[in-house]
Amino acid sequence: MAATQEEIVAGLAEIVNEIAGIPVEDVQLDKSFTDDLDVDSLSMVEVVVAAEERFDVKIPDEDVKNLKTVGDATDYILKHQG
Amino acid sequence: MAKIKPSKGAPYARILGVGGYRPTRVVPNEVILETIDSSDEWIRSRSGIQTRHWANDEETVAAMSIEASGKAIADAGISAEQIGGVIVSTVSHFKQTPAVATEIADKLGTAKAAAFDISAGCAGFGYGLTLAKGMIVEGSAEYVLVIGVERLSDLTDLEDRATAFLFGDGAGAVVVGPADEPAIGPTVWGSEGDKSETIKQTVPWTDYRSGEVAKFPAITQEGQAVFRWAVFEMAKVAKEALDAAGISAEDLDVFIPHQANERIIDSMVKTLKLPESVTVARDVRTTGNTSAASIPLAMERLLATGEAKSGDTALVIGFGAGLVYAATVVTLP
Repeated sequence: MAATQEEIVAGLAEIVNEIAGIPVEDVQLDKSFTDDLDVDSLSMVEVVVAAEERFDVKIPDEDVKNLKTVGDATDYILKHQG
Repeated sequence: MAKIKPSKGAPYARILGVGGYRPTRVVPNEVILETIDSSDEWIRSRSGIQTRHWANDEETVAAMSIEASGKAIADAGISAEQIGGVIVSTVSHFKQTPAVATEIADKLGTAKAAAFDISAGCAGFGYGLTLAKGMIVEGSAEYVLVIGVERLSDLTDLEDRATAFLFGDGAGAVVVGPADEPAIGPTVWGSEGDKSETIKQTVPWTDYRSGEVAKFPAITQEGQAVFRWAVFEMAKVAKEALDAAGISAEDLDVFIPHQANERIIDSMVKTLKLPESVTVARDVRTTGNTSAASIPLAMERLLATGEAKSGDTALVIGFGAGLVYAATVVTLP
């Protein structure tokens, strides 16, 4: 069953917490991965791969750079999830 | 029909000795920061690199190889005349004809050993090792020298903030010889030419010669794409190499991945779920990325510092421009 927006944000929060050690409550739709959450370009790849597995979605390299905020990633997953 | 006599090789092959050469000039991040807008903290956090070695005019590809090989030959306890093959993996030897391997074979004092260069980027050591093992088991050489050598500082764009800090120079060499039991596992290797744009030389030499481009060619890469492939795809290859050798992660003593970037190493260790007991090579911190030279250099350092010991079981995996990769399990010399 496809995940809801809320479930995706909660899932991303767990992933970002695991990879960058950021408290889950800090991971909000309007937060920028790089500027607010201390997720650099390489950690972002780890976040993307973990999100791909969790939400059964493919996020190609060329799309990763467009995912600036948690909201961008959530929208992308909502639209592309299997 | 005339009958051709078959060649007779050794039952198995093993690495008998290792040697390394690091150029005398140590280059800290501060020097890199003279030409790019970055910071020591940024470079360390993205790559783990603190210093690297850059070769001077005397530290040529041949000279560094001869130094490293001399040490490997002494470590193996053989003489240069016993060497029947010299394989050099490099992408940064700027005189392509003749192969630099022939000069190295001659200067080392081999008895007219078969000598040739290969180009397999950062997987070059594994490719060379696999060829050497084949030559020994097939019987065309008793001892083979495998050298990974690079002067990547010559191919570095010092104004590119994504790669200026990454590359280093050096040579690593191993002597491979006959063994009574398996000491080099099956190689899991391959190429993915559809990803050739991911890591590449900016322009062909001929474009530079014709004046079509003013800037000397350099190596560039797509960082995120390389990172994803190196960590997640190469972890699968590493696992296949362990399985092919019948070795579990718990049996492993040492992990020597190509020293591309410490973040890749960290992520690979995590993805492979290697136990804490496995010693992980992190030579990249003070050597930078030396492409084909990185695995034998890291191997040499682990043995020299006592972090690894002779007889340990090590997983080695190289991966890079091509894209190409090669992984195998070896017994350390």
